[in-house]
Amino acid sequence: MTAYFGDVAALARKDLRLEVRARDTLPAMALFVVATLVVFHFALPATASGDAAYGLLWVAIVFTALLGLGRAWAPDGEAGALDGLVLATADRSAIWLGKALATLAFLAVAEVVALPAFALFFAPLDGPAVAGVVLASVGICAVGSLVSAMAAAARGREVMLPLLFLPLAIPLVVGGVGSSVSSDPGTFLAFLGLYDAVFAILSWAAFEYVVTE
Amino acid sequence: MPAVAEAAVLAAGLEKRYGPRAVLRDISFRLDAGGVLLVTGPNGAGKTTLLRMVAGLAVPTRGSLHVAVDRRDVGYVAHEPLVYLELTAVENLDLFGRLYRVDERRERIGMLLERFGLWDVRHERVSAYSRGMTQRLALCRALLHDPALVVLDEPHSALDDEGAALLDDELAARVAGAGGTLVLATHDPGGVTALATSRLELERA
Repeated sequence: MTAYFGDVAALARKDLRLEVRARDTLPAMALFVVATLVVFHFALPATASGDAAYGLLWVAIVFTALLGLGRAWAPDGEAGALDGLVLATADRSAIWLGKALATLAFLAVAEVVALPAFALFFAPLDGPAVAGVVLASVGICAVGSLVSAMAAAARGREVMLPLLFLPLAIPLVVGGVGSSVSSDPGTFLAFLGLYDAVFAILSWAAFEYVVTE
Repeated sequence: MPAVAEAAVLAAGLEKRYGPRAVLRDISFRLDAGGVLLVTGPNGAGKTTLLRMVAGLAVPTRGSLHVAVDRRDVGYVAHEPLVYLELTAVENLDLFGRLYRVDERRERIGMLLERFGLWDVRHERVSAYSRGMTQRLALCRALLHDPALVVLDEPHSALDDEGAALLDDELAARVAGAGGTLVLATHDPGGVTALATSRLELERA
């Protein structure tokens, strides 16, 4: 088990190192989420309900994550490096977990930028809303890392990723918005936690079949 | 009773399809431990597909393929180098060495980089390498964990004469010394092909 998590840590570190050198995912995510919130700020009528803004926050988060996921496997595909990892790892699910953790780190940085921007343009987020963002981000990265690997191996990957990812992200948006606006956020947080657990297990178990022809 | 050599790779009625298109059809062969199988055939005959199956990257659509060694005890040299272009040679080999759980990783990496002439550029990113240097790094990656079975797909491509000679020497030493098993697809008529103990001629399916 220690060796497994050692592999995961090495793989996640590799993704962070590649991003620090290339800087082609994180700046794009941070700029995109801020730009989206600015557009929403001017697009939302002054008379709109405060709850509507929370919905827009989730639109911004999901599409920012989609932007990151679209680039997630690019360095692995460039010179067949993913095949090298598939050959070398004792448990191939470590590749998925390493990627999910690295993607989560990128999304967390984008959210660290996005949440204060949201508070500036719309309204501050309370504790349950922030917890909803955290839990939904885990689910986004768990399921997103799997489907982006599937899309990366397919023809028309730019089309495939949103087609596969967005339907699976709908429950996360429901849970995230619910934790922000509901009088009973606990139910929605529990729902998000359950989603994370179920989809993390499914993605962990399915990854082996995604990377074998 | 004579000793029967254990089959390192045993294929029976192997078929591989991508959608409706058959890339390989009814391929059977046996490769004993310590043997060298030379796979030949025209472009599009399925050599790369067969080698990917032996390496564990693809599964047959039909038939059976038994590889005696653990899949992580296979070293695979592909058309692509299977490394990260924006990492250095040392960073790549360190990552793969960790995953393969190579003992005394630093020493092994240093030895391979020296042997394949990459020591002086070990801290440069692979994206700055020539095609031949990248191929040398691919060989280092494939041999890093001292695999029992080495699968090589056109390993001489992009190598200069010195690199090709290094590769041939390394493979000859593996076969002669440690009884290593090789599966090799190449159009290069000289060098390592002389080591072949069996041949498999593929035709377009």
